[in-house]
Amino acid sequence: MTRLVSICATLAAAAVLAATPALAGDIVIEKPWARASAGMAKAGAAFMVLRNEGATDRLVSASAGVAKVAELHTHIKDGDVMRMRRVETIEVTGGAVTTLAPGGLHVMLMGLHGPLEEGTSFPLTLTFERAGPMTVDVMVMKAGAMGMQHTH
Amino acid sequence: MQLAVSRAGLYLAVLAVAAVIVLAGRHYLAGPDPAGQTTARSEGTLPTIGGPFTLVDHNGHTVTDAAFRGRFMLVFFGYTYCPDVCPTSLSTVAAALDLLGEKADQIVPMFISIDPERDTPEALKAFVGHFHPSLVGLTGTLDQIVPVAKAYRVYYAKVREEGAAEDDYLVDHTAITYLMDRDGQFATHFSHNTDPAVMAEKLREFL
Repeated sequence: MTRLVSICATLAAAAVLAATPALAGDIVIEKPWARASAGMAKAGAAFMVLRNEGATDRLVSASAGVAKVAELHTHIKDGDVMRMRRVETIEVTGGAVTTLAPGGLHVMLMGLHGPLEEGTSFPLTLTFERAGPMTVDVMVMKAGAMGMQHTH
Repeated sequence: MQLAVSRAGLYLAVLAVAAVIVLAGRHYLAGPDPAGQTTARSEGTLPTIGGPFTLVDHNGHTVTDAAFRGRFMLVFFGYTYCPDVCPTSLSTVAAALDLLGEKADQIVPMFISIDPERDTPEALKAFVGHFHPSLVGLTGTLDQIVPVAKAYRVYYAKVREEGAAEDDYLVDHTAITYLMDRDGQFATHFSHNTDPAVMAEKLREFL
């Protein structure tokens, strides 16, 4: 019986590790990923899903050791012109899911110290107004990836 | 007599009004193009998109548009520091070409830099390989790039935040992918976020 409990605990721990969601108060950061930086460009973008099961909060800043600066950005589609702009904060509505995805909100990494290589990962710290700082491990997918799923 | 004069006046007035309507209608049909010039659309010619170019490819070789005659050109304008829009569009192009299988050999995908100051041929070489083996990266001097962007009616503008370094900027730009036919003439275009399957289907119609 003890052994069964131990196996269950190990399995549960493994499942948690495999999913690697970060939890701070009521906010869960799911599927954090970034695109591999293509070539010599010193810019990258990280995406994720922010699930807020509590009251509305605000993402106020980001920082990552891999880049000189990490900023919160969005895209404005103006006709057929895409304009990328910094935003001060990203509202994380309570009881809802806020998605940072290609073509929209993202964490912009500027001044990369080295290339982001596919298959590696790096820590990213997101700071929320109420929930405080949370650090997640961001998976680097291929340069043209559209999501965290593997595309072949 | 007086009646006759005023009748003639009325005819003239009617003619004048008719002329104004015809002219206004023509102007409406033609419409101003982005450069503010009136195009001759009412006379049956479409505004031209695209044109000849002389640029430098990602291997450092000078190439002209003439080198691609006989094949379709699938052209996207962007910059290698672009972390989201350009990778998205290029991965769409790559996925669409993969869906076409062998037929994709008839299409040359191209990435033309609108940031030639940072996008050297070496930078492009390191960039294009991430997306598709047949993707051709093109750059050049500003004097070479500006007329090409103008010919394709591509808008682009540097956006530098206050206090940022000289070479630290983003670029707003048109995110259209253009299909040019075997003669180098505009065939169709795709908006940003077109589904790769939709793009492949449309491309198939032209092949």
